[in-house]
Amino acid sequence: MTFINYASREINCKIVYYGPGLCGKTTNLQHIFEATAPQARGKLISLATETDRTLFFDFMPLELGTVRGFKTRFHLYTVPGQVFYDASRKLILKGVDGVVFVADSQEERMDANVESLYNLEENLKTQGYDLMKIPYVLQLNKRDLPNVIPVADLAAELKRKEEPVVEAVASTGAGVFDTLKAVAKQVLTELRKS
Amino acid sequence: MPDTPILLRERQYHQIKAVLAWLRMDSVARVVFLVDKDGQEIAVQGETGNLDTTSLASLAAGNVAATGGMAELIGEKEFPTLSHEGERESIHISVIGRLLLIVVFDDRSSLGLVKLRSKQVSHQLSALMDEVTNADYSHEVSPFAEITDEDIDSLFK
Repeated sequence: MTFINYASREINCKIVYYGPGLCGKTTNLQHIFEATAPQARGKLISLATETDRTLFFDFMPLELGTVRGFKTRFHLYTVPGQVFYDASRKLILKGVDGVVFVADSQEERMDANVESLYNLEENLKTQGYDLMKIPYVLQLNKRDLPNVIPVADLAAELKRKEEPVVEAVASTGAGVFDTLKAVAKQVLTELRKS
Repeated sequence: MPDTPILLRERQYHQIKAVLAWLRMDSVARVVFLVDKDGQEIAVQGETGNLDTTSLASLAAGNVAATGGMAELIGEKEFPTLSHEGERESIHISVIGRLLLIVVFDDRSSLGLVKLRSKQVSHQLSALMDEVTNADYSHEVSPFAEITDEDIDSLFK
């Protein structure tokens, strides 16, 4: 839920990166963290297992600049992608303002993408949101790998509405900021409406 | 559809800060925070120093969400308070509706005192936040109504 503080002149919004296990959600945040000036972001908090799999969430606050005299702060979260962490995923979606679905472009991960996207729709519903109405971006990640499905086929399978579709290689940073920009733009446009 | 934004006006912010200042003094705490259940920091009072208050707010919300999930699994509505005692510093969290009141304290205070004082201010904070969430600003023009695509694009240059 967007939080506007008139005293500190700040707008705070929550963006959640969703997707199947090992699709690159944490890698998106790591790239944003590394590529952003320290004064514009806070710490990257990762609640991960000993093998570096996300256990609960990753979190990073990011300040993008000032709009109409208000500092815009985005709180970026990832969810744990592994199927059995569903209870945690539901909790992290509470109060969300925008969602990025990170799809793994590899052929063998197609079923996992479809299952995770269905899970996103269901969990949003549980929290009272509708994927069709919420700011949303589809990121097609790992485009550098040899066994990827063509973009048109992935989009045909995974697109749910007229959401922006961004090709990415999160490990090198390609498409990461384009994705963030696409979702942040929609979130701020929602503010205009409300 | 995203929720309606929460608008916190200056007067309300300073009222909340005043309550937190009172709580901090009376509970001899180091820092007192008010955070919403989604992890958004509303106000802070105390010796923040190098403390990363944004991360603490987010982790406290995650902590309450996780223990709330556990409560439901065993048939409880929620756990209204959480305490974490460290060697030197401790944290006490009270759930007040959709708010979390977080008190960071050391051995100058005690858990009993912090619990008592937190409870004493909970109604006041709850009433103040009700005023925030129930306020009707529909007659006012939002400063964001005029946001242009150029304003938004300028954030990414």
